[in-house]
Amino acid sequence: MIQFDQVKKRYPGGHEALNSVSFELETGAFAFLTGHSGAGKSTLLKLVMLMERPTHGQVLINGRNLSRLHKSQIPHYRRNIGVVFQNHHLLFDRSVYDNVALPLLVSGYPARDIGRRVRAALDKVGLLDKERQNPVELSGGEQQRVGIARAVVHTPRILLADEPTGNLDPALSEEIMNLFRDFNDIGVTVLIATHDIALISRMGHRVLTLENGEMLSSASAASASLVQPEIVQPEIVQPEIVTPGMAEQTTTAKPDLPHG
Amino acid sequence: MGNAKGASPKRPGATRSAARNPKAGETAERPKADARTKTPGAARNSKNRRFAAALRHHRESAAHGFVRLFVEPLQSVMTALVIAIALALPTALYVLVASVQQMGGDLDASARITVFLHRDATASTIETLRSKWAVDAEIADLEYIPAATALEDFKAHSGFGDVLDLLDENPLPPVLLVNPAGKPGAEQIAALAARLEGDPRVDSAQLDMLWLKRLNSILTTGRQVAFALAAVLALGVLLIIGNTIRLAVESRREEILVVKLVGGTDAFVRRPFLYNGLWYGASGGLLSWVMVALGCWWLNISVERLAALYQSQLALLNPGIVELAVLVCGGALLGVLGAWLAVGRHVAAIEP
Repeated sequence: MIQFDQVKKRYPGGHEALNSVSFELETGAFAFLTGHSGAGKSTLLKLVMLMERPTHGQVLINGRNLSRLHKSQIPHYRRNIGVVFQNHHLLFDRSVYDNVALPLLVSGYPARDIGRRVRAALDKVGLLDKERQNPVELSGGEQQRVGIARAVVHTPRILLADEPTGNLDPALSEEIMNLFRDFNDIGVTVLIATHDIALISRMGHRVLTLENGEMLSSASAASASLVQPEIVQPEIVQPEIVTPGMAEQTTTAKPDLPHG
Repeated sequence: MGNAKGASPKRPGATRSAARNPKAGETAERPKADARTKTPGAARNSKNRRFAAALRHHRESAAHGFVRLFVEPLQSVMTALVIAIALALPTALYVLVASVQQMGGDLDASARITVFLHRDATASTIETLRSKWAVDAEIADLEYIPAATALEDFKAHSGFGDVLDLLDENPLPPVLLVNPAGKPGAEQIAALAARLEGDPRVDSAQLDMLWLKRLNSILTTGRQVAFALAAVLALGVLLIIGNTIRLAVESRREEILVVKLVGGTDAFVRRPFLYNGLWYGASGGLLSWVMVALGCWWLNISVERLAALYQSQLALLNPGIVELAVLVCGGALLGVLGAWLAVGRHVAAIEP
């Protein structure tokens, strides 16, 4: 799903953010991207988002070479990706609902789908009762959850997060991480940049470590035991496929979802 | 609320590991990935849907842009007023020129040719001439003033009665006042006068066209000045709107960044600003019409009083529905154009 091939990024001014970075994340993978600040974590995410272009090498997303993507195709490409920012980038001139609805408006979803999807996403992050409030009135953890709802409302295939738990206490961080795991469970490829070592070791997933722009290890050491084949239950996954709304798939325990 | 927290412990472990297992994930994910691309993909591929969505965004942008005028009412009113004044100046000049032209047109139509006959022309000669001209296609009607009548009039009105009595003979010639048929232009009247003068019984045919010519050239100049002023001030309106929109773009920088990050196209980002410009321009146009209409109404009070002193019914033309349409549409067009010029550069410069 995400494939880096000898990627090098040098910013104008000579700073080399990434140097010969190669790795691959399969569809449905869950990985952490770690390293000290300035190691190139944000640059790597920006390359996936096409906020930056690599100086050398290739980035392939879902088999598609990003260097062949014309500038005018970038907006359409970005609609396949959800991003969660450390400072969440919420707009304080509109309600929580309107913030979450933004990716759907931008992609031109039909009006009746928008209401259903936004409420499903807000329900998923547990903020359905705050949809009319302004994000300013919410706590830091709640704001971050609004950001997550906005990142997943259009059911992206890739979910990127840049220090999503940066300013949150451990309990809240855990909650946020559980949300990411829920999305991963329904097949979303998740890549989280963080330097919260404690959290990484607790969760046990594949870890990509960057140091001075170079990839130290892309091993999944911590989660090695989980790579072993386990019981596959496609009959649980399958019925979820046919339902169009992402959140409905994950909240099947709640039958009284808003459908209008 | 609390669903996220509630859901996590209930999650069946087997599903979890199945999803986390790359091998199992691959088999389980593939059909899912297909289903996923199909649902939004079907909507996206449908041109109708996309068109409907674009249309909806146009409608929302237009409505939102209109509402935004009232968010900062003082700033909006000031901008609209500046645009209105810029549009009102050439419009007022144009209305003035049109009014004077209408007045000139009336005079044009009533232009008469004064034909002085030879003093020795006999009554029968004059009679023949009158009957000849009476059937002339270019002549509407004739008025004959015999030399004696002319002298009586002159005596009565000039106050030189006693002096004239001293003269042996009537110094005034018989006169024919000729009203041209139809509404001929200045050249046609001049040609008619020349033709009448060609008659051997005619001494001279006079036409006081000079002041009409002067008036006409003044009006032409006035109209040109109005157009030049309109062009310069239209450029000014473009700059005013461009600058206002540039500030609006700057103040919504964060929003533009977020919209671009979630996949908003440049057209999507531009749209609200273009409508913003449209509303500024249209409201400026409407205000300028109101200004000119009020100005004309106010001026007409004194113009009519002045005209009454001259036994005339002159009045300035009032700007009508056509002028309103031209001003509002022209303003809107300038608004969109100004916004386009500003937004094109500034929106492209804001990249996440």
